[in-house]
Formats: sequence, structure tokens, C-alpha cells
Amino acid sequence: MNSRETARREFLLGSGGAAAAAWLSAQWPSILFAAQHAHEAAKGGGAAHLLVLTPEQARAVEAIAAQIIPSDELPGAREAGVVYFIDRALHTFAKDTLPQYQTGLAEVNKQTTEKYPGVKSFADASAEQQENLMVELAVTLSPQPSGPRNRRQAASDNFMQTIWQHTILGFLVDPEAGGNREYAGWKVIDRDPAHSFSPPFGYYDKDYPGWQAASAETEKK
Amino acid sequence: MSAANPKVTYKPSDEVDFVIVGSGAAGGVMAKELSTNGFRVVVLEQGPYLTPADFTHDEVKVMAEHQLTNNPATQPTTFRKTPQDKARKQYSVMYGRCVGGSSVHFTANFWRFHEIDFVEHSKVGDIPGAALADWPITYADLEPYYTKVDWEIGVSGLAGASPFDPPRSKPYPMPPLPVKGNGVVFERAARKLGYHPYPAPMAILSQPRPGRSACVNCGFCLGFGCEVGAKSTSLSAALPVAEGTGRCEIRPNCYVHKIEMDKNGRAIGALYFDAKKNTVLQKAKAVILCANGAETPRLLLLSSSPQCPNGLANSSGLVGKYLMPNSGALAFGVFEEPLNDYKGFCVSRIFHDFYELDHEKLGFYGGGGLDARFDFTPAGFATGGLPPDTPRWGKEFKKALHHNFTRTLEIFCHATSLAVESNSFSLDPDVKDAWGLPALRMTYKDHPNDLKMMEWMRVRALEVLDAAGAKTKWSYPVQEQQFAVHLLGTCRMGEDPKKSVVNADHRTHDVRNLFLCDGSSLVTSGRGQPTMTIMALAFRASDRITTLAKRGEISG
Repeated sequence: MNSRETARREFLLGSGGAAAAAWLSAQWPSILFAAQHAHEAAKGGGAAHLLVLTPEQARAVEAIAAQIIPSDELPGAREAGVVYFIDRALHTFAKDTLPQYQTGLAEVNKQTTEKYPGVKSFADASAEQQENLMVELAVTLSPQPSGPRNRRQAASDNFMQTIWQHTILGFLVDPEAGGNREYAGWKVIDRDPAHSFSPPFGYYDKDYPGWQAASAETEKK
Repeated sequence: MSAANPKVTYKPSDEVDFVIVGSGAAGGVMAKELSTNGFRVVVLEQGPYLTPADFTHDEVKVMAEHQLTNNPATQPTTFRKTPQDKARKQYSVMYGRCVGGSSVHFTANFWRFHEIDFVEHSKVGDIPGAALADWPITYADLEPYYTKVDWEIGVSGLAGASPFDPPRSKPYPMPPLPVKGNGVVFERAARKLGYHPYPAPMAILSQPRPGRSACVNCGFCLGFGCEVGAKSTSLSAALPVAEGTGRCEIRPNCYVHKIEMDKNGRAIGALYFDAKKNTVLQKAKAVILCANGAETPRLLLLSSSPQCPNGLANSSGLVGKYLMPNSGALAFGVFEEPLNDYKGFCVSRIFHDFYELDHEKLGFYGGGGLDARFDFTPAGFATGGLPPDTPRWGKEFKKALHHNFTRTLEIFCHATSLAVESNSFSLDPDVKDAWGLPALRMTYKDHPNDLKMMEWMRVRALEVLDAAGAKTKWSYPVQEQQFAVHLLGTCRMGEDPKKSVVNADHRTHDVRNLFLCDGSSLVTSGRGQPTMTIMALAFRASDRITTLAKRGEISG
């Protein structure tokens, strides 16, 4: 049983209550099927083959993604398989951004050769050269969305913004969505991959004594 | 979810008692009540019929592919600030587009409106540039129906915990959800500042109910459908009852685009595109629009005819006007130790000390409530949850993700919007959707009063973060809003046919057998949590419509 299935199973067992148990046993086959199917589908597109990108383009995408989220003692975009997520994205939900990738990657390679004559492409540049190039490339990244309601960033026609968004998704989505291989991204953000949780959840609610109405004394303060 | 009776299907040519357009917060309750009362009902929903087994934690499907909401690729919207501007294509409106509507993906903050929300005009008088009005009903009229929402749909909470709460006839049916880290630090800080924090009333089960599990704290809540039926939505709590009567058919993938009328000015049914884009007329003795505060007015405007060139039921000229999206402000804090607020539902503590602010002292009118929450998905957090000066890539970006994800919370201020006539939904003259229909055009500019209030709230939120001991805190300057999810006020209720679109029974002033009930019915915006009131209005409207129908006053 892989970790995903374990998480699902624990989630089902942890739900509690007779009515809930009855409901869950009725739903169990379809929930399990959906989760397994999604997980298998995600795995199927993995390292084995590329759907859209050429190997050369894939190298470039991986190199840029690894600049956005580098590898150190914790996994980075490379370990999370972000390049395969992006390759599948360009075949599915982000199909319309493929032209951006095609011209954008060519542009990045051109910029690399201009800055570092003799270096053929971004992926061939040294780590230091890549980082220097990223400083220039990243100036076009959008600031954080600031509004409370619209957290969904609109699709961008800026290639760097697009690959940035796709890298974030590929690194941090639930593996059910085909990214975040082996929960690499969630290791970085310290998110437990379990599918359900019980309180206390963190440090501050551990010793909470229970809700009480404000006393007259606290009222005075 | 076993149905007591076999599911029914009707032929479009069957003249059912009611056709309801939309299956969300209002449509679901309306379907439950009217079918329970013995009527034959067809619910037409534009989106698909998804069930808990279809719901996942897949951010790509839900966020990028708009699995549960309107898709701007096929249903573009446009935006402009004033009627003098030309609108541009802009993703400006989001609503639920699946059986259950927006109730499927909501946060589930279920605050009742207070007495003041129904009588603001009497209390405050006219505000320049705004059309403040009293409702034709009061809190007391709606109270029994709020109680129905608590008990029949399922709300967790603690009665009497807030000194600002309006009177209630019954306690909550189940205890509040467990407290979260954000709730604990918020509660301590608010008390320190002299406010009255209390367990948030939430439309999420703290105890199982038949066919539904209690919340399992999976953490994919706002924006997602609930896999275990713990969220109290139309899908989990109302529509199964409607189907169980054997008198209600829920028909998904039906995009209604016109209310069909006869020569005598009576509605005879709803015309829709089915999944294959065939045009179908579902006949009915009466039509009820619960299509939300954007699509209900759009549908009336799309139903214009030589008899009513400005749109159906629009003799007042007010269809689509007075859009109130609620105002808000947001501040973020990072704490020393892990909160782990990614676990569980979003909100566990709120306070309502600012519900009725002293407008004479402060120089603006309005009020609201504050909650502490964490409503980010992991990818959403990386995109929008870090301090604004954090690098967007590289080692420092990764370090911030690593440290902050478990330690961040948000203080969200939810507040009033004033009704301004030019703030509206209308038909875009140029842009069309994938069915060839005029796109929804939003015209919106916040009333200066609301911007002042948001700024005041923003500063209060930062004070709460200070009192809570946040190590880092920030917020963004208040900006004019250009995106709406609370779609309120666009076919307002009232007794005067010149100043409102529907009466207190939700019957349109112009068409005897056409009713509207959803966010569009609201006269004032409340304090930023409209869904419970939309459900309560639907319970009440169902009672009124049942009485009228039984007296023969709808089809007679």
C-alpha cells in the first residue's frame, strides 16, 4: 500500500460515528477507485516519457524550475518531478500556453548565449551563470496578489510568470493532481500528507482550556 | 443517501408546478420545501451533477480547470468602473456552477443578519450616493427560518456566546467545531483588546447526521467540495430531501437563457440549452429564479421582448442594479510556533464588536465582523501567502515557504457594502459566451464610504495581530474591488414597484407567476456572510409561495 492509500484509509477510519461509518462504507469503493486512478494516472506520465516537450526543452524547463525552487537538504523542483507535471499540463489544462513555452524557452537560451558566449543553452550554463540569468529573467514576475477575494491568478502572457505558476503548482499540488512527487513539496512546507486530522492541530491549541465567556475581570481591561 | 421514493423525471412538455432555475443555496432549499409540500418541481442547473465521490483535493481540476465554478474561457465576463467606461474582458465574477451551486465550495461562515441589517435606512437616513433602504421584512420575520437553517441544514455553534447576537428561538443543533491555533491566538488577542471573541457558527457538521459524516479536518475546505458531506450545502442537506419526495427532478447541464412568456404576460416555462446545445422548453405553472445575483438579473435582461424591451420584470429599471459584493480587508501574521492551520476547516473564532459602528464618530457608515483563518491551499499559499518583500524564487523563497506555511494566519474583516445604482450587472454589448449569448458585464466602483471603512478595519486587523504576538505582520493597501463572489442586491425586495423588483413574497411586481429568490433579493449587504440569509429567505419564500399556490393565487 503506498502512502496515498494509507492516508486515504486512515482518513476513512478516522471519520467516526455510526452514520458516518455507514455512509463511508457505501462510498468507499468509489472514493478509493477515484484516488487510485488519479494516482496511477499521475505516475503513468512520470519519468518514462514526455508528452509535449522535446528532451531539450524539458532540460531547460527543469533548469528554470530548479532555479525557482532549488534543491538543498530539502527536495526542490527537480525531486518533485515538476518538469513532468509541466509537460502534462501543456498537454491538458495549460495547452494554450505551449506557444509561450516554445518562444519563451528559445528566448531564454538566446539570452544565455548573448550573456555567456559559447554557452549553448540555459540548461548548459553553470549554476552561477543560471542564477545570474535568473536575476534578469525574474524582474518580470508579478507581485503577490493582494486582494482578499481573488486568489486565482489570471493566466499571464508573460512566459516567466507562466512557468513560475506552473512550477509552484507542480511542486505543491496534492499528488492526486499529478505533481509534488512523493510529497517532495509538502516536505518543504512541513505539510503532513495525511488525509484527515484530529485536534490539537498545532502548538497554540494544545493546552487550550475550552471556551469560556469573558469574566467580569477581563471585561474591565 | 437513500431516497424514500424512486427518483422522478418529467418530460419538458409536462407542465410541472414549479421550475426552479439554479440549485444553490436558495434553489436547493426551495426545491426541498416545495417538493415536501406536495408540488411537482424541476430544478434546472447549468453545471454538472457531482457527488462527494467526485470531490478531490486536486487543485488543478478545482482551481485551474474551474471544476466547480463558472469557467471564464466559455463564460467570459467583462468589467468597467463606471457606466461611462467601455468594459474590458476581465474575470470579475465567480460563482458555483454545479448542483449545489456556491454552497458546495463556500467557507461555511454562517452568521445570521442582525436586526440592524433590515432597518438601516430608518436608523441612519439617506447617505449621499447610496440607495439605503429598509427591507419589507424584519429580523423577527426571518428568525424562524434562520432556525430552520440551523436545524435542517446543519450549523455548529454556541448560542449566547456573543453579546451582540440577535435573539434566537432555539440553540444550535450541535456544538461548535474544535478550536484551531488561529482561533486560540485570535481569541486571546481580542480579549486583551476588550473585544468579545466566540466560537464561529459554521455550516459544517461537528457531529454526524444521517448520511453525512462529521468534519474530518482534511484541510481542503474553501474552494473545494466536501468528500464526506460534512459541509452543510444544498447538495448534502437539501437536494437529497427534495429527490427523496419522488416529486423533484434535478436536471443538470441545463443552461437557462430565457423565460418564456405567453400573450397575457404570464411565464409558461424556462428555455434552456441542454448538454448538446439543443434548445428545450420546460413548462411550468410558475417559474422561480434562484440563479444567483449575477445570473438572475442577466436572465431577466436576456428575456426582453417587444412587451418589455428593457428586460422581463424590469418596469422599475432596477434589474441588475445596486450590486453589493461586501467589502473586506485582510492582514497576515506569522507566529513563532507552528499553528498548522492547514488542518481542518478555515475559521474557529470570530468577533462582532464592530457590527454596528458609530458612524457619527468615525465619519463612515457600516460595520462588520472579524475572523481568524487560514484558507490557502499549498500552491495558493506559495502564490499569495508570503510577506510582500519575500523573493519570488531561489533559496530565500524556499526558506520562507518552509518556515511560514505552518505559522501563518489571516485576519479577515468582512463588512458592509452600500447600494449604489451604477454598480450593476448588465449584458455586454460586444462579448458573447460559448453559446452566443451576451456576456455578463460588471460595473463597479466602491462607494467612498466603504473604502474608508475597509481602511479602518485593516488597521484594526493589524492591531489584533500585534496583540496576538505575531512575529511578522503585513497587509495590503485598500484597493477598489474588481472581483465579486458575493452577488447581492441586484433585484431587491420592497413594497414599492418603482423602487424594487420583487415584493416581500419574492414575487416580481410585474409577472404574477415569476419569483426571484437568491442573493439578488437582499436590500442591504449584511456584514459579509450572506449564504445563511439566502437560505433563510428561501425557507421563508417557500412558505409564502406554498400559501399563495394553495389559495390559487399563482396560477389562478
